[in-house]
Amino acid sequence: MNPVMKFLHKTGSPAYFYWLSGRIIPWLWVVFAVLTTWGLYQAFFVAPSDYQQGESYRIIYIHVPAAWLSMMIYLMMAIFGAIGLIWRIRIAEILAISSAPIGAAFALIALITGAVWGKPTWGTYWVWDARLTSQLVLFFLYLGVMGLHSAIDEPRKAARAAAMLALVGVVNLPIIHYSVEWWNTLHQGTTIKIIGESKMPSSMLFPLLLMAVATKFYFGAALLSRARNRLLDQDRRRGWVAKSIREQRL
Amino acid sequence: MTPTRKKRLTVVLLILLGVSVAAAIAMTALQENLLYFLSPSEVAEQQMPTGRQFRLGGLVKEGSVNRATDSLKIRFRVTDGLKEVEIHYDDILPDLFREGQGIIAIGSLDNNRVFQADEVLAKHDEEYMAPEVADALQKAGHPRASKDSTSVAPSEYKP
Repeated sequence: MNPVMKFLHKTGSPAYFYWLSGRIIPWLWVVFAVLTTWGLYQAFFVAPSDYQQGESYRIIYIHVPAAWLSMMIYLMMAIFGAIGLIWRIRIAEILAISSAPIGAAFALIALITGAVWGKPTWGTYWVWDARLTSQLVLFFLYLGVMGLHSAIDEPRKAARAAAMLALVGVVNLPIIHYSVEWWNTLHQGTTIKIIGESKMPSSMLFPLLLMAVATKFYFGAALLSRARNRLLDQDRRRGWVAKSIREQRL
Repeated sequence: MTPTRKKRLTVVLLILLGVSVAAAIAMTALQENLLYFLSPSEVAEQQMPTGRQFRLGGLVKEGSVNRATDSLKIRFRVTDGLKEVEIHYDDILPDLFREGQGIIAIGSLDNNRVFQADEVLAKHDEEYMAPEVADALQKAGHPRASKDSTSVAPSEYKP
């Protein structure tokens, strides 16, 4: 067996996953705290104000990282779900459903911060344009995945059903991303581009990237914590839990 | 990979493919309805009937803004570089409203082909800049940054 498969098989074992994630989580929190403090300081005290919007543009330091993360989490949830569907790895199933509430929270943060920004800038909290609507659909997809999962008692069956729904919803991700290019929308086009020149000076962009990285560490820590709790709950009558307690590893 | 897993992988890929095709077909069919607003050219092309509510988007034409002194009434023209539409409005405008700004007006055409707006929204563009930089660019005569004109020239404005 090659080292990668070996690592995956090892991580797939509940006891090892529980132990390993417990070791990683504190470090994720530390990096998150450092990056967020640095990022928010840069965002609110160092970055210049905008020539049109003045100070109100600073909400992008929350809005954009949250929106990006809500999409990334959905993709990861679908990938975990697919791994669970194909290889029936229980840890992947647990990671998939544990991603959903975090993703839903960030989708909601993106929607709310966008509405708060939209009122002074556009003159309205909400419009039914393609970008806003598709992001709202993303939020509902998360709720759907969570609802479907909790409607089925048997955790393995619930995971498979939720994974199917998560996979179907993946089609919404390119729609969200390209909505501002494919259709006329009130929402502006893409400012930050991976290919080509971003339409934002680096003094404004740097804190945004800091916040974007920081939120990913938050997701990592929150996901692993949730997955551990779920795993422990499902396995409370299993041998490895009792053994871990005896060896004082819990 | 075992045959069972291969089969499951195929099922997953087929779901993704099927949903993508369905979404692509649906979006092609709904193309028109998904447009959030019409440009002045599209309004002219489609001969929009009077009295029917729709959304009109474009740039506020330079020098066309005409405010009443004793009320909130305002008249201006929006353009997409090709066609123009006259807009009348009688309410509070968003902060970003200015000549050259991209806006979206919600309302309908009256019998004189004047667009009576019930609501005017400012469309923000994707350009962010420090005020000092914008001032410097404006002094240098750069069209992108002047406060009174748009950051998107009408010719390249794609509504």
